[in-house]
Amino acid sequence: MTTWRPSDLNELREIIAGAVADGQPLEIVGGGTKRSIGNLSQAAHTLDLRALSGIRAYEANELVLVAGAGTPLAQIGRELESKGQMLAFDPPPLGPDQTIGGVIAANLSGPRRLTAGAARDHFLGFTAVSGRGEIFKAGGRVVKNVTGYDLPKLMAGSWGTLAALEEVVLKVLPRPEKTRTVLLFGRCDREAVAALARGLGSPYEVTSAAHLPAAAAARSSVGYVAAAGSAVTALRLEGFGPSVEHRCRALRDLLGAEEELHGANSRVLWDEIATASLLPRDRVLWRVSVAPSAGPEVAAAVARALDAEFLYDWAGGLVWIALAEAGGDGGAAIVRDAVRRAGGGHATLFRAPDALRAAVPGFEPASSLARRIKEAFDPLGILNPGRMGF
Amino acid sequence: MRMPPSDAAVLARRAAIIEGLRALVPGEGVIVEPRELRAYETDGLTAYRQIPLAVVLPSTTAEVAAVLRFCRDEKVKVVPRGAGTSLSGGALPLADGIVLGLGKFNRILEIDVANRCAVVQPGVTNLGITHAVQHLGFYYAPDPSSQIACTIGGNIAENSGGVHCLKYGLTTNNVLGVEFVTIDGEVIRVGGKHLDAGGYDILGTITGSEGLLGVVTEVTVRILPKPPGARALLVGFPSNESAGDCVAEIIGAGIIPGGMEMMDRPAIHAAEDFVHAGYPRDVEALLIVELDGCEPEIDHLIGRVEAIARRNGAVSLRVSNSEEERLAFWAGRKAAFPAVGRISPDYYCMDGTIPRRALPYVLSRMREMSERYGLRVANVFHAGDGNLHPLILYDANNPGELERAEAFGSDILRLCVEVGGVLTGEHGVGVEKRDLMGTMFSEEDLKQQQRLKCAFDPEGLLNPGKVFPELHRCAELGRMHVHRGKLPHPELPRF
Repeated sequence: MTTWRPSDLNELREIIAGAVADGQPLEIVGGGTKRSIGNLSQAAHTLDLRALSGIRAYEANELVLVAGAGTPLAQIGRELESKGQMLAFDPPPLGPDQTIGGVIAANLSGPRRLTAGAARDHFLGFTAVSGRGEIFKAGGRVVKNVTGYDLPKLMAGSWGTLAALEEVVLKVLPRPEKTRTVLLFGRCDREAVAALARGLGSPYEVTSAAHLPAAAAARSSVGYVAAAGSAVTALRLEGFGPSVEHRCRALRDLLGAEEELHGANSRVLWDEIATASLLPRDRVLWRVSVAPSAGPEVAAAVARALDAEFLYDWAGGLVWIALAEAGGDGGAAIVRDAVRRAGGGHATLFRAPDALRAAVPGFEPASSLARRIKEAFDPLGILNPGRMGF
Repeated sequence: MRMPPSDAAVLARRAAIIEGLRALVPGEGVIVEPRELRAYETDGLTAYRQIPLAVVLPSTTAEVAAVLRFCRDEKVKVVPRGAGTSLSGGALPLADGIVLGLGKFNRILEIDVANRCAVVQPGVTNLGITHAVQHLGFYYAPDPSSQIACTIGGNIAENSGGVHCLKYGLTTNNVLGVEFVTIDGEVIRVGGKHLDAGGYDILGTITGSEGLLGVVTEVTVRILPKPPGARALLVGFPSNESAGDCVAEIIGAGIIPGGMEMMDRPAIHAAEDFVHAGYPRDVEALLIVELDGCEPEIDHLIGRVEAIARRNGAVSLRVSNSEEERLAFWAGRKAAFPAVGRISPDYYCMDGTIPRRALPYVLSRMREMSERYGLRVANVFHAGDGNLHPLILYDANNPGELERAEAFGSDILRLCVEVGGVLTGEHGVGVEKRDLMGTMFSEEDLKQQQRLKCAFDPEGLLNPGKVFPELHRCAELGRMHVHRGKLPHPELPRF
């Protein structure tokens, strides 16, 4: 068991080329904050990318930031904040150790993903070493580029199974001046999702839309939410002061909203939603993406078979499912069947005991095309074997 | 233009191939008459022409699959085509290949307001989607200038942009799902009404792949509520530098306008002479800044942008006070291409992107090149995202002038890469910029891209001759060179 810590691109290439030559698979890690998601890596050795760290270029006016893959997300966040900017896809805060490379490799996005796009939509370019042990780059360092295949899209969400990222280029955007969160109390799941759809169909530029059933709402550390004593439905408005105030009034009228959150309360609530921390910690956790209107139907189908709690983000399209008693497959068959019946989507095993993660496909089973893509980048299966179930 | 050598065996079997295709796509769906084939010999890049072996116009996904499978078995190359508006020669035919036209896939299949998406066939025009949903208060955001004609299938192939993409994204940021067919005839659905991929992002990979990976047969796009209003500022500057500084300060202030377009003096004059939009003639650069949203937001931002513009030396400034006035501001910009077409027999439109800070340098270098090549150039510029559209003026009837315009264009694109930019912001590589790929990418970069191609199309039958300057066999690309003894420190224990 060896842990490799390359400090530059060339060392990274040498290590992977060595692993290729010796047929020794590697698990790629940054801060390790997402190691509990999906399936277990089958590699004996570890490739730790945290030394590939540092912001290498940042020009706020160009909306572009370049960083080593091992750069802590928190460091990037601070730098952006100092210039009034942000990563618009809202990476869920999973702890102080998480790196930008890990966020991109997992394509993990938060509540604003609904309207601002995912990590993949803000990932402009990269330099990496493939599972062949070869350095390659793709994309560019400008916000608008269609030169060559869009390999950044493929790399985002590939969980390190295609290449080890060395450098990433990100699109950054202005941080909103003002935020308001409009709250509705006591709506059932279906009513809530319908209200979220009305909000998103309105011209008031809702950026995030979530629904917390009563049990989840009660766990919030935001007083207004926890004290509601009922389900809480939340819509976030962001932008320039006069605009947000106007839209907030209009949206409250449109939906008959009971309450609104400002500043810090709003921030805390959306972080709680982003990390699904309003659901019990000790349960098997699934992250399910379906058409927004299908969210309640998926939840109802799972609730008929299993003891479950839910949390809805993305206007109903992202359903977090926490299972108390999940059975031998962690509820996989029931959850995936519910997704299929609701018109399709995908389910990821987000948190579960290792025994379960070893037994159940944590991601959607790979198609033959996906396997051919894997071979195109990593023919010998050196990088993160097993991580995505193959 | 150098294209892959024709397969003599395929040319010799033309009659049998046509017969085979006719068995798969009935009646007028297979076009073989030279007179009719001529309609397909070129696309928006009209300098290159080639009559294809045949044109096939299927009307169902099953027919597309059958045709592709047949072409794979018969080793016939396939050039997919939407409306043929590509400015990079993406749909340029091959003598030994068929053109697969998706024009019959022209139906809107579903409008789903609750999920804010529309499911359409790939031959629906870009503007057709907006027309289908606007009565519900929605629109489809990406707006390439050819939107009245170009198809959503073509938009996906090229990852098309438009004037509003700084704020609303390119095609890839607005597509939720596709059904596509591989060269093997396999029908694959990725994405849908839900967000993100459950595995590799094949949707994001297909988008912008220029017809080299598969043929799209159904599309799900995101639709957005139409902003309640929009107003524009028309601002003149005494230099490109001051206009560029103004753009940088607007973005630095946290304002992402719905549209932000810049024109240089030659483009301003050509446009004003043509449509009399009321543009000032005595400025070096003109900026159109459009702000959309609710009324309080527009009012607030107009004030802020106006202050920034004045601080940066604006010599003329108008704010639209009516919808007519806003459209008048745009009329000149939207007519810039035909306006330049009026003052020159031919023009050649380039499409590089640069970091915006390099704009003054790039424009001054371009002026030097213009003198050296003896050809005029006018610039329109998606200022917010650094996407430059130099229009090179030439006359194809003068011997050698097309070649000079192309050489000039290549120099401009090399310059874009030199300053940290890219070869193409929204028009695609196609045949046009294919041979410049090496200025931006290493041999290894390009080989890795082609290995991805091998995962979809190992025989290289889909749109060959586009994007990649050199074609390698997949077997050669897949070969691994593993020599333990040649590693840098073979003596060190590694695992």
